[in-house]
Amino acid sequence: MTVNKTLGRPESLCDVPTLYCGGCGHGVAHRLTAEAIDHFGLRGSAVGIAPAGCSVLLYKYFDIDTIESAHGRALAVGTGMKRANPDLFVLTYQGDGDLASIGMCETIHTANRGESITAVFINNAVYGMTGGQMAPTTLPGQRTTTTPAGRDIAREGAPIKMAEMMAGFDGVAYSERVALYDPRQIRRARKAVFKAFEAQITNSGLGFVEILAPCVTNLKMTPDKAQQWVIDELCATFPLGVYKDRLPTENQATTPAAATQTATAECGSVTHAD
Amino acid sequence: MTVDTQSVSVITGNRAAAEAARLARVDVVAAYPITPQSPVVETLSKYIETGVLDAEFITVESEHSAMGVCIGAATSGSRVFTASSANGLAYMCEQLSWAAGSRLPIVMGCANRAMSAPWSVLNDQQDAMSQRDQGWIQLYCRNNQEILDTFLQGFRIAEQVKLPVMVCYDGFILSHTVMPVDIPEQEQVDAYLPPYSVHTILDPEEPRNVNPVTLANPRLNGDGVLCHGYMEFRYLMEQAHKEALDMIVVADEEFEACFGRRWGGLLWSYQLEDAEVVLLAAGSLAGEATISADMLRSEGIRAGVLGLRAYRPFPAAAVADALKEAGLVVVFDKSLSYGYDGPIRRDVQAALFEHRVMPEVHGYIAGLGGRDIKARELVDAARDSITWAEQGKGPKPTDWINLQL
Ligand SMILES: Cc1ncc(C[n+]2csc(CCOP(=O)(O)OP(=O)(O)O)c2C)c(N)n1
Ligand code: SF4
Ligand SMILES: [Mg+2]
Repeated sequence: MTVNKTLGRPESLCDVPTLYCGGCGHGVAHRLTAEAIDHFGLRGSAVGIAPAGCSVLLYKYFDIDTIESAHGRALAVGTGMKRANPDLFVLTYQGDGDLASIGMCETIHTANRGESITAVFINNAVYGMTGGQMAPTTLPGQRTTTTPAGRDIAREGAPIKMAEMMAGFDGVAYSERVALYDPRQIRRARKAVFKAFEAQITNSGLGFVEILAPCVTNLKMTPDKAQQWVIDELCATFPLGVYKDRLPTENQATTPAAATQTATAECGSVTHAD
Repeated sequence: MTVDTQSVSVITGNRAAAEAARLARVDVVAAYPITPQSPVVETLSKYIETGVLDAEFITVESEHSAMGVCIGAATSGSRVFTASSANGLAYMCEQLSWAAGSRLPIVMGCANRAMSAPWSVLNDQQDAMSQRDQGWIQLYCRNNQEILDTFLQGFRIAEQVKLPVMVCYDGFILSHTVMPVDIPEQEQVDAYLPPYSVHTILDPEEPRNVNPVTLANPRLNGDGVLCHGYMEFRYLMEQAHKEALDMIVVADEEFEACFGRRWGGLLWSYQLEDAEVVLLAAGSLAGEATISADMLRSEGIRAGVLGLRAYRPFPAAAVADALKEAGLVVVFDKSLSYGYDGPIRRDVQAALFEHRVMPEVHGYIAGLGGRDIKARELVDAARDSITWAEQGKGPKPTDWINLQL
């Protein structure tokens, strides 16, 4: 049974091959999200809100109701959806261009209002879908199609650290940054997604999880090299860890990872904001 | 037209747009990526980073900010450029109005793409048409050479009449298709397009506010000077559009003097002289219609094409004059003014009525969201219209080509 559970396909994930590039982080992140939907029995009440970005196609992969939103507006659409239908489980899934660039205003204000929404954020350090242009999360010196000589902090600013920033809002109940570069990290990421779900289930505020994932195509790297880049470069700028956890303690027993309160840093330093 | 084949490169429409911005020596480029426009600003960012173009490139967080940056830079005297498509252009909407109302000669590219919802990255012209009434000049291109040339003309026009110019070209059909393009030398362009003579009222010696709150009626300011009310500003903007009708032609004539080719000014025609049936459209579809006209002529139908280059200002008198001998005008729109059919068709009809030119006018909606549209289908539509007109059936409801309901 346990083996089946681990290897089987979550019920809320469709049985179709994804169109994501081999080695892309979106596929694994989808699976972890789908596992959380199954675990908490939310298939009948979850609504997924898709961004503009490579995951615009997530409706092909999740067997739940989904709606497309304009670029950057998922959390605004989610706010309307949740306020009007408090019984729905509202799940947004956005990339760094969508959530941290064009949608930053919505992101901040949804966090500040403490909307009861679960926000899954895929940080792959570029605008993947449109061809690898600089994102607010692009690393210093990283070459992109709009920074061919590398991002210059003096000109383009420093990478925006969303998990830390979100933790600073009173309305955010949970904020963690995770990665997917090995099975251990994937298990941690799974726990983090579950926690971000719990934030909404317990009506504690916004649940936020930032997942570091490689965009292999725009990095122009093989999947293994790209994973190494995540470890060496991305994690160094974006330290993994729990930045906020004010979930009610009595509910922690309901999570599959009750024992884990904080992620230990695999690379970089861990900040505990709470 | 004489072309020095030495300078001909086989390039995409997007690249042609970027080459034009480089040759225009723009000072500031601010843009947010969107398909199918992105390669324009990617190319420019490369030129700027490698020193080919001496300009500032600002990787802003959205199109709204992109146009904000353009407004700031243009207000303080820079030649600026940006490009967008579809939702990106729509997200700029508020700023488009600010740019035009501030009378800033910003030039932007619009690689035309369908508006969502539902999502589509493919071509139609709904994006630009939806921004029709923001006060921008809109020019449509039929091929990649015309894209490059129209951007250069765009700066010339914008800086003369002090209105922003949107150069529209069909996404993918032109933006991503390669064609031979003559890329002029910098000296030639410098001769055509003199350095931007700063158009700004900012002066540190005499501080003032740009775009203050304006009341309904003219009023004295603190210095006792009578200032325009809101309506006066709007009237002057409309006058500038009227002036642009001439300037678009002049810019094209001057272009011919410098480069040996011209594009027709406000509009262009093909086989129009003796045409009984005229196919009318804007952009690449109008180019395709020339093939349809040939096909109709091979069947013995005297067909011609009228291609709109300027859509705003709308060349009503020129359209009416060009169509005064036509018996039937078949207009193809790649967008809708929902509730009132194709916008080009309705504008053409109004222009003809105003000038008492009374051919029968039929409208067709074609190619929305990337739906393929072939020359043969334009021919079929024209034939349907001819039959309808011959039978004297009166007003013909707008038809949708290749609709598969
Ligand atoms: C208003 C608007 N501007 C631009 C775009 C074009 N666009 C679509 S997705 C995207 C960026 C996607 O990057 P990200 O959110 O990081 O997602 P990824 O593909 O990397 O997962 C952009 C710029 C758009 N759809 N709408
Ligand atoms: S382009 Fe990048 S983000 Fe998009 S599917 Fe490919 S690897 Fe993933
Ligand atoms: Mg991204």
